[in-house]
Amino acid sequence: MARFTPHTEDDVREMLEAIGVETLDDLFSDVSPKFEGELNLPPALSEYEALSDVNRLASKNVAGLPMFLGAGAYDRITPSSIGAIISRGEFLTSYTPYQPEISQGTLQTIFEFQSVISELTGLEISNASVYDGASAVAEAALMTARQTKREPKVAVSPGLNPRYREVIETYRVDIVELSYNDGTTDFSEVPDDVSGVFVQSPNYYGIVEDVEAAAEAAHRVGALCVAVCDPISLAVLEGPGNLGADVAVGEAQPLGMPLLFGGPYAGYMATRQEFVRQLPGRICGETVDTEGKLAYVLTLRAREQDIRRARANSNICTNQALTALVATVYSSLMGPEGLREVAELSISKAHYLAERLQEAGFRLRYPDAPFLWEFAVELPDVSRANQALLENGMVGGLDLGDGAMLVAVTEKRTREELDAFVEVVSNAG
Amino acid sequence: MLGNLIRDKGREGRRGYTLPRPDVKSVSLEKVLPKGALRKEKPKLAEVDEPTVVRHYTNLSRQNWGIDTNFYPLGSCTMKHNPRANEAAANTPGFAGLHPLQSESQAQGALQVMHELQGFLSEVSGFPAVSLQPLAGAQGELTSILMVKKFFEDAGDDARTTVLVPSTAHGTNPATATMAGFGSKEIGLDEHGCVDVEELREMVDETTAALMITNPNTCGVYERNMVEIAEVLHEAGAFLYMDGANMNANLGRMRPADKGVDVMHFNLHKTFSTPHGGGGPGSGAIACSEALAPFRPDPVAEKSGDGYAFVRPDKSIGRVAGFHGNFGQVLRAWNYIKMHGPELRDVTDMAVLNANYIRARLRGTYRIPYDELCKHEVVVQPPKGKKALDVAKGLIDHGYHPPTIYFPLVVKEAMLIEPTETESKETLDDFIGTMLELAESTSEELEEAPVSAPTRRLDEARAARKLKARW
Repeated sequence: MARFTPHTEDDVREMLEAIGVETLDDLFSDVSPKFEGELNLPPALSEYEALSDVNRLASKNVAGLPMFLGAGAYDRITPSSIGAIISRGEFLTSYTPYQPEISQGTLQTIFEFQSVISELTGLEISNASVYDGASAVAEAALMTARQTKREPKVAVSPGLNPRYREVIETYRVDIVELSYNDGTTDFSEVPDDVSGVFVQSPNYYGIVEDVEAAAEAAHRVGALCVAVCDPISLAVLEGPGNLGADVAVGEAQPLGMPLLFGGPYAGYMATRQEFVRQLPGRICGETVDTEGKLAYVLTLRAREQDIRRARANSNICTNQALTALVATVYSSLMGPEGLREVAELSISKAHYLAERLQEAGFRLRYPDAPFLWEFAVELPDVSRANQALLENGMVGGLDLGDGAMLVAVTEKRTREELDAFVEVVSNAG
Repeated sequence: MLGNLIRDKGREGRRGYTLPRPDVKSVSLEKVLPKGALRKEKPKLAEVDEPTVVRHYTNLSRQNWGIDTNFYPLGSCTMKHNPRANEAAANTPGFAGLHPLQSESQAQGALQVMHELQGFLSEVSGFPAVSLQPLAGAQGELTSILMVKKFFEDAGDDARTTVLVPSTAHGTNPATATMAGFGSKEIGLDEHGCVDVEELREMVDETTAALMITNPNTCGVYERNMVEIAEVLHEAGAFLYMDGANMNANLGRMRPADKGVDVMHFNLHKTFSTPHGGGGPGSGAIACSEALAPFRPDPVAEKSGDGYAFVRPDKSIGRVAGFHGNFGQVLRAWNYIKMHGPELRDVTDMAVLNANYIRARLRGTYRIPYDELCKHEVVVQPPKGKKALDVAKGLIDHGYHPPTIYFPLVVKEAMLIEPTETESKETLDDFIGTMLELAESTSEELEEAPVSAPTRRLDEARAARKLKARW
């Protein structure tokens, strides 16, 4: 314990004297009654003992096997230089850049993150990131209500990740269900009182949706169109802003973040310039210092809770600076061609696996729908298949609970692994 | 001129990473995807090599100050040393490679960490129930107030429309009340900077859903009437929520549940030293009473036979995060607490000692609006005629990250100083010496500061007026 707190007994005595009290207890004389006695916690461990426990518990997890689970978090390659950069204490141990003169590192990386997101989404303004994909979706739902001055009510289909949908509901937004046929959403009947229309593409089942149709439907009823996109997919798919979407949000985890049992990740949010006042979260902008030198600073602060309090456009007060930095470094290392390659490798491998499964006699849930790297395949017994995969050293896909498995294939999977997957699933019956 | 953005350092055709060679036939995108869906122009991202990337971001990091480089007494933010063992824990492959949707049987180690941290937070707060799902302090607040909302909906009580917020509160508190569908009313302070109990008695009625209190409050003063405040609220059928941003002052000394609090949030990144990362990711775990426990977010980790399982509380408000919370921060906080054990109380004692020491030594030169025992932070005002902003910028030239300034809003020219427990007496003495020296500086000198930082003062108005937020 003392290794983190430098004071010696003499230090403590001298400081108490300067304060004018006798004992440490006296510093809590205003806390009456105090908590007496000792906290019932396990005895303090040395670093070595603590990390031994970490390793012991880590070994109780099944990790490091070829992974076919996706559904919102993806097992992608993470370049080593990312870890080196985010371990820099100047990034790791700083806080929100309230003092821009000594926070230009964080501020410029936010500016670069915003630029990457704007480029990928085809929208003018990105914020500095929010907590995760789900909260980005929920914040976008609230944003549509503020912008349209309607009650928060959004149209979604089963193509939207059900976890995102749940968070929308937790954030007290009403949901209208759109019909969903053969893997894609039918946007022809959007009620005219909704504030937003959501389109996830690729959707929860891995299928590319018609963002343009969603945007037209939204605009027909005076609502905003929110596109939910995997950022890797935007290396090959048109930016939603160029297809008419007003807001784009999503999970930035695929841009270099480890799975880490669900977080920390980062959510991204981008919109058109005209809606910037309703965009929640931090925004970093360019400016100059008193000597005219280019610099960056948090801006449009009047939208935020620390200035506007109860009338703020959200209570959010931090971004995910460090994980957003991961995404920024990842996209810099990959560049447009590398990102495209990640997407194309994943698509090729996923289509290879889907074909092999179909050849083996299995049916895709949506055989005619265009998919990228994730698809639902119908199996006689999904949980038995997953058990067999585990016994053969693989983590199978998500059991959708209705006779289908949602299988994700990333650039990490090898042909041997894909062939083994088919073989094991076939033998599992 | 060559710009300094990563994209400015690139050239078409450069690459910073090589991917494995394809081992299956390449699929033609035009064949498998609808034509209109395909991207027409490639995104204008940087095209750079790995050495350039590493140098670029390393040099950017050097434009930044962190706890590792400088004393960082940023009030309300608890910028304590971040033990690197926590980073080692979070980078352990058995956790880093774990997918959030793997079955519970494949994630028993992770579930055990979650269950144990829930237990540790219960012990520290006195509450029987915890949720680790909220992803940040502000989301922990929102989760807490949504639970209160759901409680009243479940009870069929639709009269509860108002949340009370002291004038010292963090801005997130009233913003949270709004997001949760409540109106908020501000409540005044007594002469100690604490919630005015008499005013509270007059304000509380059958429309009151909750009071959001921060204890110690944002002036660093302990809310000594908290038990009475809780009684007033409970008599009216309302709840007391505690913003746990300042829990670093309470470990082993005050348990919110013992004082009548019903629900609170923790900032794992503050109190339990998961790093702040330049503004996140954090983690905003909540703890609550039996009455509110059924409303916690879905899921929580519970003991099940010989192992652990995820359970949905039966009246849950639903999910607030895509998965199970910021597990990496949960793991770090768990590791931090295990390295401290019951000695967590020393963390609080030293944090409070340091803040009071600064208070005692600045007295006489700086004005101290609430000059009584403070807890882990102290609010001071510069000598008359000097601005908090100028003193703050002056500190930069002496190598100190400034305290929080102009907050709390109730104190003019406020400088909120939170030294934390991980600083030595020598560091504090040097800082105090600098503060005293700056008090003697002329305003003209201070208005020039900083002169030694990577930039001079910025034109913040221009950033908003000529918004440029991307390359």
